[in-house]
Amino acid sequence: MQQPAINKLLEEPLKIINIGLERFARELDRQGVEVVHVDWAPPAGGDPKLADLLAKLGS
Amino acid sequence: MQRIEDANREALQRMLCGDPVLVDALPAGEAIPELKQGMILHAGPPIGWDRMCGPIRGAVAGIAVFEGWAPDLRAAADMAADGAFEFHPNHHFDAVGPMTGLTTVSQPVMAVENRAFGNRAYCTINEGLGKVMRFGGNDDEVLGRLRWLRDEFGPALGAALRSAGGVELKSLVARGLTMGDEMHQRNVACSGLTLRALAPALAATAGGNAALSKALAFIGGNDQFFLNIAMAMGKAIMDPVRGIDGSSVVTAMSRNGTDFGIRISGTGDCWFTAPVEMPQGLYFPGFTEADANPDMGDSTIVETIGLGGFAMGAAPAVAGFVGAGAASEAGNFTRSMSEITLGENPEWTIPALDYMGVPTGIDIRLVVETGLAPTINTGIAHKQPGVGQVGAGVVRAPLACFEKALLAFAESVGVS
Repeated sequence: MQQPAINKLLEEPLKIINIGLERFARELDRQGVEVVHVDWAPPAGGDPKLADLLAKLGS
Repeated sequence: MQRIEDANREALQRMLCGDPVLVDALPAGEAIPELKQGMILHAGPPIGWDRMCGPIRGAVAGIAVFEGWAPDLRAAADMAADGAFEFHPNHHFDAVGPMTGLTTVSQPVMAVENRAFGNRAYCTINEGLGKVMRFGGNDDEVLGRLRWLRDEFGPALGAALRSAGGVELKSLVARGLTMGDEMHQRNVACSGLTLRALAPALAATAGGNAALSKALAFIGGNDQFFLNIAMAMGKAIMDPVRGIDGSSVVTAMSRNGTDFGIRISGTGDCWFTAPVEMPQGLYFPGFTEADANPDMGDSTIVETIGLGGFAMGAAPAVAGFVGAGAASEAGNFTRSMSEITLGENPEWTIPALDYMGVPTGIDIRLVVETGLAPTINTGIAHKQPGVGQVGAGVVRAPLACFEKALLAFAESVGVS
């Protein structure tokens, strides 16, 4: 029976992209793990009312 | 929405085709006919004496003595508290002022004409560094300098500008950007270029060798002389952008040491305000953050047109001066501001960023969506009246202003 792909994940060097909270990336970096951080936050800081208005106004 | 895109395209076009020229220096009462005795124009959105910060109170007391409305500083403060003076924002009278930003009837103001639209905007003459009224200074030295500006330097400057036919600012600022200025905390190049342009005419109007020597030394000894010209230029460029139906472009950012206020083209002349923030920066020897007054002044009009913190990439030396990090990081400030603006100014470019144009046309939708507040380079005043500047730093415009503006703007275009 073939091994699920997920099981192989930790058997080889990881390629990590961290999105959002930078602290996770910093921790990995501190442990010598290569990581690319993507600076992202939800629109309007996650405020649903403002996000809804922005969607309607277009930006 | 197509309506908003069309309106913003018009707003950006008006900004880019502005043609500012420094044309005159004249008494504020002549430039602004509505400005009467007892009226004091100040920086920022509207505010009364009861909520004014220390430096503005100090400057109010000083200017009341200067104008002859009060016999001394204590009496002036008492009169202000009793409602003897009328307070209005500079922005309501085609004017701007740095830090405390006071404009009164007899002070000379410099006039910048936007020849593409025919409007004029005004700003007082920069007093120099050290103890000055824009930082709340109000002693004899400060008032004596204001009298010299009113009685000698202002009239000579006005005559020189009129005889020279004005100084075109768009090209001068373009050169300044290539020489390391960002026009808010660094005006070394533009002040020098202005001196070079004005010196021949000043020689004919200053009133003799001694007066000319003093005038030239005053301009040449003040690296921030051009700041007030840049501010009047910013106001002259932005005023024709006011009142475009459906535009979400910021037409003014301003603060009075208590409130930060912004105006949006599509919502007319409403102010959207939030408490000002404290600049993060470096302090002169002997001072700390505990001495600092919160953010203050109309000078954020230069960021509104894409200069100052938005043009940090042109002025790596400023990044160190305001404590914003390494010189190599200066470009990041400019690049990040391109995320909240509609376009670049092709005539104001930054060589170190491969001739990227300065980010132009702040769109409140982009500010709220990204959470990236405009970056502002600023001086820091002592919180007590009369002390003066204690440092320089970077401050962000409060996001709450933009969120309030977005709600009102959405309503103005029928979106809920």
